[in-house]
This record gives sequence, structure tokens and C-alpha cells, in this order.
Amino acid sequence: MRIIAAILFFLLAVVPAAAETVTFGFLSLEGDPRYSESRLDMRLPAQPWGKPDQGAEVALRESRFVGSALGVEFDLESVVVAEPKEAASALDAFIEQEISFVLLDLPGELVAQLAQATAGRDVMLFNISAPDDALRQTACSENLLNIGPSRAMLSDALAQYLVRQDWRDVMVLKGEAPEDEAVFAAFERSAKRYGLNITEVRPFVLGSDPRERQRNNVALLTSDAEYDVLFIAEASGEFAREVPFRTQHPRPAVGAAGLTPNFWHWAWERHGAAQLNNRFERQAERFMTGYDWAAWIATKAVVEAVVRTETTEFGAVADYVRSEEIVLDGFKGYPLNFRPWNNQLRQPVFLTMPNWVVDRAPFEGFLHETNNLDTLGFDERETQCALSR
Amino acid sequence: MRTLRRIILSLFLLTVPFIAAQAQESGRVFVSSEKDNAVIVFDAGTLEKTAEIPTSERPRALQLSPDRRLLYAACGDGDAIDVIDLEAMEVIDRLEVGDDPEMFDLSPDGKLIYVSNEDDALLTVFDIAAKEAVAEVEVGEEPEGVLAAPNGSVVYVTSEVANMVHVVDAETHELLANTLVGNRPRRFALTPDGSELWVTNELSGSVSILDTGSYEVTEEIAFEPQGFRRENVTPVGIVMTEDGSTAYVGLGRANHVAAVDVAAKSVREYVLVGERAWGLALNGDESTLYVANGLSDDMSVVDTASLSVAKSVPVARTPHSVVVVD
Repeated sequence: MRIIAAILFFLLAVVPAAAETVTFGFLSLEGDPRYSESRLDMRLPAQPWGKPDQGAEVALRESRFVGSALGVEFDLESVVVAEPKEAASALDAFIEQEISFVLLDLPGELVAQLAQATAGRDVMLFNISAPDDALRQTACSENLLNIGPSRAMLSDALAQYLVRQDWRDVMVLKGEAPEDEAVFAAFERSAKRYGLNITEVRPFVLGSDPRERQRNNVALLTSDAEYDVLFIAEASGEFAREVPFRTQHPRPAVGAAGLTPNFWHWAWERHGAAQLNNRFERQAERFMTGYDWAAWIATKAVVEAVVRTETTEFGAVADYVRSEEIVLDGFKGYPLNFRPWNNQLRQPVFLTMPNWVVDRAPFEGFLHETNNLDTLGFDERETQCALSR
Repeated sequence: MRTLRRIILSLFLLTVPFIAAQAQESGRVFVSSEKDNAVIVFDAGTLEKTAEIPTSERPRALQLSPDRRLLYAACGDGDAIDVIDLEAMEVIDRLEVGDDPEMFDLSPDGKLIYVSNEDDALLTVFDIAAKEAVAEVEVGEEPEGVLAAPNGSVVYVTSEVANMVHVVDAETHELLANTLVGNRPRRFALTPDGSELWVTNELSGSVSILDTGSYEVTEEIAFEPQGFRRENVTPVGIVMTEDGSTAYVGLGRANHVAAVDVAAKSVREYVLVGERAWGLALNGDESTLYVANGLSDDMSVVDTASLSVAKSVPVARTPHSVVVVD
């Protein structure tokens, strides 16, 4: 028996494997309200329009050629858990199958818990869709890479745009949900950082109860006020879509509707984006969103690392992904890599309308001593994330 | 006042040799305009616009036939390569080579077109006389730059997404090699002896140099023009002098052209041109370099002896490629 084992070992050692396989994991939650049919039908700006694992699928297709040249196959295993509490065991199951690169399309708190629970193990987690600033600050983790932008990055992009236009007096309509408060907190920080003046904050509620009309009727909500632009602090964008053109004064809406900071757009056509959008539309039969882009670029980051390091060994690949040596092509016109102080993917942010990309932040005149992309979000100086590197 | 007069006089004296040099120029300069659906023609001597040849939608890459009587223009949104007769100065034929052609090359005998098909990840081999595709070669996603080796042995193609140069056997259409280069490889130049293949990497801001014997990357040249961030250095267009001494590389958003010493593999000088300088062409005696500036809608005319811009000429919307017919 021992002899057979020895022979087997010898064979495994000398015969090169026909093809190595790198399997990605994709973890999402059943009944995630962002993917309810009614929500998807609204096509809300900067919200998911379908499951983003389709973006990862496109990345895998793109990697077939370079993979076959290296003798590596790339694969994806998608698991949908019924309850948040099942996520940890699903992640354990991935790790046991040596699935070390796992894309998470989960709420921010759950992302933080999973990252903490798997600290020190051979797994790299990619936060695809949770914009929570905490994941880049106090709740950051060594093994967690943030792919989509934080709320701070999104609102910094918008603030830069408003300053450049000299639209400095901003009135805010704010929702009541905790996520809406988080959007507002991020905007307040950006306003202070870039010198915008928040003239007033008015709370809104969803609904059409006439007794609540001071808080649910846009014309009344925006009456007797002087401002340049109206910022709608709402995470989902459900209320916001009724705001543009209903204000008492003719003033543009920004934020959750009107001009929306976003991290991908189907109408973006520069830097090869048209071809990527075409490939995605063929794959998913719908337009590509930032969430799909995030799943796509996360997958591409690992593929790029495997290709450049010529290995599938976890430690080497993970180190290369996080190194500032990596050059990622996000089709947004900048070489991308990760911020070493909080594992956030550096990237430009688009300012978008429903059918057009108006502009791309960072803007000229907003300078950073090393990388202009670091004018968006938490810079090294203000980091509250203590990564051991 | 006297000082002013002296300045004016010296300025005049400075321009005289240039005017004299220019007067010797003959021939025509052809520039494709992506958004005006035309090839714009300039007199090489006066730099006056002399004609505008309407084409199919979105003309980009231009190539001359070996006898220099025909000009081929890849028209992306027209899904065709237009054939322009340089005598009649009009489009005389349309070759339906596949969807959205951008970059292509002709076989040395001028009978075949090798064209990259971005959306389908193919290199298509198109027979001009038969007017049909005779072969399709699967390559990495978003193939872009194409170069047919002058000895007719191989065709080189870049894949912008796989970050590779593919070497295709011109006879069998088999892939001989897939070489990893920098990020977002775009276009090629070959040294006159055919031993080195230079490929521009738009996102890495560099040129990778391949040994055409081993197909291995032997060197990489990075570009760092002063005052520009790395992300703005986006090299795409490249031409090499016939003696193989100098390569000119259009650095895109860095608004410069780099003049590179080919033997030393080092940048000799950076020349400030227009915005997003990509398409490049030299005239016959290589005294003048023409640079298409995609975002400032003009063309910089560079005197290669002094490496300075002699003139910048408005072209049309989004100039893409330049061809000089002396």
C-alpha cells in the first residue's frame, strides 16, 4: 500500500498536470431586496440591474485564451445562501474545496463578519457591491479587497463636479433609512472636504399620505429655499426618481437621481468600453452596471496575477493582486490597483445621467501628490484602517 | 521700438529656412476623420487642405497598396474597408470584411487584407480579388494592431484584453506563439532587418520589444515625459525610420511624441504636439513627421531634424490615421 502511494506520488510529481484549474467562488443571498423583480424593473441609476455574477462570467470568457496558453483553466462556482447566518458555512465549504478567491455580493455587515471569521486562512474575499465606508475604515480586513467604490468615493466625485461647476450651495433631501443616513454622512464629509455649502437638510418620506405632504410632495419639500443644486440622500433611489423637474425652483437634482455618481455605465464608450458592454450584453441579455463591472474586474485581477506570476499558488497570487505592481485595465482610462492602506480598488468615478456619462472624476485641478485617483475616498492620511502591511 | 523690430526681423529670418525647406515638399497627406466620415487631403508643401473624400462611416486605419495607387480605409461603423483611387480621388469599392474594422494590414503582394475583428476575437484573412474572407484565426479578446511581416512569413496581432502578441503563420494560419507583453498592447513597428518587433502598450505606458526569433520580450521602454502623470502616458501609434535608427511613438494623453534611439533603446527627446497624439506617419525622405491629434481635431507637422512642431493644421473631427504619398 505504501509502495503504491509512493508510485502515485512520484507520478503526480513528474507528470505535469494537463491543466490546472482556478475556481472562483461567488456568494450571494436569497431574497436580497436589491434583486426583487419590482426593484429591477425600475432600472434605478447606480443600482444592480441583475445578478453581477454575469460580469465574472464575461471575465472568464475573456481569460480563456490567455489561460490556455498557460495551461490554466478558470471557472466559477456560484452559491446562493437562504439566510445570512448560512454564509459563513458556505464560505468554509469553498475554502475546503480550495476555492480561495471568493466574490461576495452581500450586505456590508455580513461582508465584515466573513472577513473577520476567515482572517489568516488561505482565502481572498472581494467585496463586489457593499459601499459601506466602514469596510474601508474601522471594519477593514487584510483578506478583504473592496472592488466597488465606497460611499465616500462616490460623493467625493460628485463634490468635485459641483465645485468645478461652481454650484456650491446645496440643499439636501434626506431619507429615513439607515443607509440614507450613511449616504448623507458621506456627502457631508465630501462637502466639507471640497468646500460645498449645505444650505438646509429636509427629511422626506415615501408615500402619498396627504397628511405627510410637507415631507412627501417634492414641490412642497423644495419650497421657500435658496440653493444651486438639490442633493437627494437616498441609497435606493426609489423616491429620488420622482424629484427631477418637480422642484419648486428650476434647479438640477444630483445624487440618487438626476446627475448620479456611478462606477460603470452602458453608455460609456471610451477605452474599449463599447466592446466590453457588447460582450456583457451578449452574455447577460441586459445592460452592464457597476456591480457587473466589479465582479468582472475582481476576476480579471486574479487572472492578471496568475498570468504575470505564472503560478496558481495562493500566496503568490494574492500578494501580486495587492501589490502596487499590478496594472489592471478597468476600461475607464487609468491603470488601476489597490490602495495599500485599506485594500480599496483605485478607480475613476463617472457622473451619469440615465443614458449618458456626463463626465469622469477625478477632474483637472484636483491634484494629489502621488495618484490623482486618491482624491476620491479615504486617503492614507485619514485612514482608520490598520492593515498589518 | 528698435528691439521689437529686431525681434520681428529675427523671427522672419528664422522662418526663412523653413519656408525654403517646405517649398521643396511635394505630394499629398491623407488623414482619416472618424466623426466626419471622410479622408481629408492636404498639399504636403503648403499644408493647405485640397480635397475631402467622403467615405463610409467612421474611417480609421489607412493603408496604401504596394503600387501606391490605392488607399484602403477601414470604416468601423460602415462595416467595410473602403478602396480609394488616388488618381480619381474617390471611393471606388467597398470590401465587406466583417463588423467594425479598425486596424488592418496588407500582405506584401497586396492581395490579402489581414484585419482584426474586435467583437468576435478573430483575425480575418480577406482576399481582395475574390472579395471574400478566406480564413479566420481565433485570437485573444479585442484584437487590435495588425502587422504583416514584409517577408510574407507571419502576421502579428495584438490582443488588448489578453495582453498578448499573437504570431500567426501566414501560410497555415496557425498560431506560432502567444507572447505576453505590457497592458493593452496596441500597435507595431518592425526593425528593417525584421529582428525586433516593437509593440506599444497603452495602459502600461511603454513599448515591449520582442525578439522575432524566439518571440520572447527582451526589453521594455517606459515613457516619462516631464509634467505628466503615468496614467496620461498612453502610447499607441508608432513608426520607425527606414534605416532603423529612430522610432517615433505617439504618447496619447501625454500630448507628446517620443523620439526613441532604436539601437540604444532610450528616449532621445519628447516633442510637445496636440491632444491625444496617436496616428503617426513619415514622409518619403523622413524630414517630416505628421501626427494626428484625436482630441484637438488637428495635425501636428513635426520637423524631424530639429524635433519641433513647424505647424499645426486643423483637420476635421477626431483625426485617426495619416498616410503620406510623395
